[in-house]
Amino acid sequence: MARKSVIPFGPQHPVLPEPLHLRLVLEDERVVEALPSIGYIHRGLEKLAEQKDYIQDAFLVERTCGICSFIHALTYCQGIEALLKLEVPPRARYLRTVWSEMHRVHSHLLWLGLLADAFGFENLFMQAWRAREEVVDLMEVTAGARIMLGMCCVGGVRRDLTDEQLAAVLKSMDKLNRQFDDLIPVILKDYSVQQRLRGVGRISRETAYERGAVGPVARASGVARDFRETGYAAYGELGFVPVVETEGDCYARMEVRLAELYQCLHLVRAAVRKMPSGPISVTPKGNPDGEYVSRTEQPRGEVVYYLKGNGGKNLDRLRIRTPTFANIAPLLAMLPGCELADVPVIVLSIDPCISCTER
Amino acid sequence: MTFLNAIFRNLFSRPATRRYPFVKREPFPGTRGQLAIDPDRCIYCGICAKRCPANAITVSKTPSKSWTLDNYRCVICGYCVEVCPKKCLTMKQDYFSPK
Repeated sequence: MARKSVIPFGPQHPVLPEPLHLRLVLEDERVVEALPSIGYIHRGLEKLAEQKDYIQDAFLVERTCGICSFIHALTYCQGIEALLKLEVPPRARYLRTVWSEMHRVHSHLLWLGLLADAFGFENLFMQAWRAREEVVDLMEVTAGARIMLGMCCVGGVRRDLTDEQLAAVLKSMDKLNRQFDDLIPVILKDYSVQQRLRGVGRISRETAYERGAVGPVARASGVARDFRETGYAAYGELGFVPVVETEGDCYARMEVRLAELYQCLHLVRAAVRKMPSGPISVTPKGNPDGEYVSRTEQPRGEVVYYLKGNGGKNLDRLRIRTPTFANIAPLLAMLPGCELADVPVIVLSIDPCISCTER
Repeated sequence: MTFLNAIFRNLFSRPATRRYPFVKREPFPGTRGQLAIDPDRCIYCGICAKRCPANAITVSKTPSKSWTLDNYRCVICGYCVEVCPKKCLTMKQDYFSPK
């Protein structure tokens, strides 16, 4: 039997965009156990949220994550609106859906680039990020910022889109669709991609379920769970059906995300075409009182916000459970048995966002 | 074979990047670049300072009237622009650049 050795993976590692630390127990080149430790970039964001008032918190929670920022603000605002018993105007719900899906497109493309970079496919990395630039520009045109849109506020959204802007959104979606048609079939059929991803980091449906996997990690293992099915914002009116694969390996996780890219385009188009007219926000009255658990689907999976108000302007408690935190447990089930060289690919296949996780 | 179209398009199209310091992209209309104030219309009420989520604005009436912005704290959310009663705050499209 080979001697066991423990090596650190991260927090500083060329492949990691963010500081995740894993202690890998190896037998020769094979991983037998992985022990995570997180907490390198804790920012005390939940504590800070108690010191700001509930309107300012919408801007603060948006900064939890630098990738899916809008959906964080959306989750928070939906929670506060439930506490205040606010009815959000339909147009605001549709605009929220449009921006959420744009965020999902940019997040999945960013992830695709990082994954390609992790297994040394520089060309794909560049192609994915070039396509991402299109949607990031679109967000700047519609919301005034590339990532930190700041568009979601308690009671609705802060900026309306003109008919020309909506037409520009549809045009960009067509352009992105053409780019995906060029790119995605090639990625799925590519020999080296298959060699690096097929059968790597496989988890079964049962393991994914037991370990509480969320988002594309769960859906790639056959757990058809997507919080958008509950129809928050405007998803209930757009005919949403989750993408599910059953293989449970890195390739299946990539397939789910690539299929979701098309689905995002479809949802944006459907939302723009069905966009109702009317006001985009209502003024919040009173202060949040009581407890509420607000949940939405982020690009990485389901995010949970626990909000507790005391009738004052400031919240008593804000707790954020991010999807990456939920996906670390399934990650630990994926790693044992794999080669050390596959660890970066497996880690990236859950789309880790560590700054969210540690808040 | 399926990638041939993309390869030829990439070969004969313009680069996706710009020669940045020499060629600058024009900001989009509506971009939130940086905050600007018209001091003549400001009444120094301090609402912007109270509402700012990042505590980037300081307003004082005594001893002399002043309105200062810490550009490095500002998160360019534009909330102050919305709440300003005199509409003397505006968003400029170009980004703040350190001198």
